[in-house]
Amino acid sequence: MNQILEVRDLRVAYGGRDGGVWYALNGVSFGVGAGEILGVLGESGSGKSTLAATLLRLLPANGRIAGGQILLEAADVVQMDAERLRSVRGRRVSIVFQEPSLALHPTIRIGEQVGEVLHAHGTLSKRERGERARGILAKVFSGDIERIFSSYPHELSGGQQQRALIAQAIACEPVVVVADEPTASLDPTTQREILTLFQTLRDQFGIAFIFITHNPALLAGFADRVLVLYAGKVAEVGPTHAVLSSPQHPYTQALLKCVPQVAAGEALRHKALLPVIGGSAPSLAILSRGCVFEPRCEERMEMCQTQEPAAAMLGNRHEVSCLKFPA
Amino acid sequence: MEPVIRVENLVKRHAGRGFGRRAPGFTAVDSVSFSILPGTTLALVGESGSGKSSLALCLACLERVTAGQIWFEGRDLAALEEKELRAVRPKLQLVFQDPANSLNPRWAVGKIVAEPLLVQARIAKRERDARAAQVLERVGLSAEYLERRPQELSGGQRQRVAIARALILEPKLLILDEVLSALDCSIQAQIANLLVELQRTYGLAYLFVTHDLRMAAHLADEIAVMSRGKIVEQGAAEKILRHARCEETKSLLGAASLAPEAIAAVRER
Repeated sequence: MNQILEVRDLRVAYGGRDGGVWYALNGVSFGVGAGEILGVLGESGSGKSTLAATLLRLLPANGRIAGGQILLEAADVVQMDAERLRSVRGRRVSIVFQEPSLALHPTIRIGEQVGEVLHAHGTLSKRERGERARGILAKVFSGDIERIFSSYPHELSGGQQQRALIAQAIACEPVVVVADEPTASLDPTTQREILTLFQTLRDQFGIAFIFITHNPALLAGFADRVLVLYAGKVAEVGPTHAVLSSPQHPYTQALLKCVPQVAAGEALRHKALLPVIGGSAPSLAILSRGCVFEPRCEERMEMCQTQEPAAAMLGNRHEVSCLKFPA
Repeated sequence: MEPVIRVENLVKRHAGRGFGRRAPGFTAVDSVSFSILPGTTLALVGESGSGKSSLALCLACLERVTAGQIWFEGRDLAALEEKELRAVRPKLQLVFQDPANSLNPRWAVGKIVAEPLLVQARIAKRERDARAAQVLERVGLSAEYLERRPQELSGGQRQRVAIARALILEPKLLILDEVLSALDCSIQAQIANLLVELQRTYGLAYLFVTHDLRMAAHLADEIAVMSRGKIVEQGAAEKILRHARCEETKSLLGAASLAPEAIAAVRER
């Protein structure tokens, strides 16, 4: 497949006030094809938000890229100077944040906020921008574009605000949009609507999405592939169906078991205790020699303490980083 | 068995607001009735704006109801004076969604957990500390956490602290307002297990407010689906899950599904 974004061995370090350093991402590699929806599944501290910020080089001041490449249409984002970066952000790759009520400017009308993106990347006149902004809003809203165009953010519902943010993100027809927990603050029905919108935008305009979430239930029926992130490393990546219905990495298996099973035909195991993952996520300040999941893993072997697992290919683009599978 | 709480035709209407042109009033809860037996859980599911949080606040006596009755220990809470409510509130405790916002960041965990004792009764500090340590242990945190501050804790640990604070007054009913939705999946499972164990041990009744129908089906004996202030469907958890009649329920079900049929729909590329 035609890869439009390729991340190679990406490492991101944060410096603490006490002079300590910890690695939020530690050797992450993956690719995204044109028009593909990649779901990134991770819990708090897995590095998923750092990944979103890093792809657009939006790390906070104490964070830096310690190594690796981010190849966006074959150009390395890591090496770009400020001017080049500005021309790429919003135009080739853009981002949708979690909390739309914070990401939108509270005193500027929606139409103008969408037009702003066009202004930053083009030479259109104000009137042309207004026309284009209406066209862009029409891609993400059904009906009553005029009302949305002249609304302030507080006049819109959470779902509508999120649509407005998505309109900004796709305004300059990027090839890939990074969405960092874009539906976390929405209720389930609105969540589904936003996911359907992403799929429609993918189908119509061939935009690829990197969809970051902590909720595996959102990815079924939505993402093409799923990448599972744990402690700054890729545990498992593969087609959604394979990863969610026959997970191979012990972490993915444990994570999916935590969700109550309510599948049709199965008896409800009412108020039964759910399986949990013992222990807690590892400190990222200490670089372990072996596998990062080893202390919590139920299938740990002796070599897991000393040997770092490499990605093993299990066929059909399903890769697992676990020593159970020889690379 | 006598229910812990019985709600009859509860109505909560918010008055209109706005300067100059007044916005019209809004009925958040519209003639809702239900009851909860000791040691059982009623899950209240619905989308944002369906009125489930308003209802939770009314039950916790933090909002006064517009009409209807809330029967609890032989008294109608809706008819009580503010002064009388003070004696009732310890029995009906509320736990909020986001423990990062509901715990005072400047206080140590021990003080946070013991605060309800300070408000409700004159108890010596040593006694308060002992009770705090005891209740922390019930939620799976050792006494060493007494001196920690909320920001030193993980999300799951903070939610345990919030539950401990609700338990210290030995309530009969816990009102759990989206207590799992801000947590990671693996942590959700831990807190869900804690809730199940506490219920088994102490016979607590729960009102579990959520938009996650899957978790509702797992934890609740009965599920009530709310939409626009009304309960549109109510029944045994299994029945609601397998034989949903209302569109609202079906839509919540669809959103919760990690079901095989949903996975089969994934386009393989």
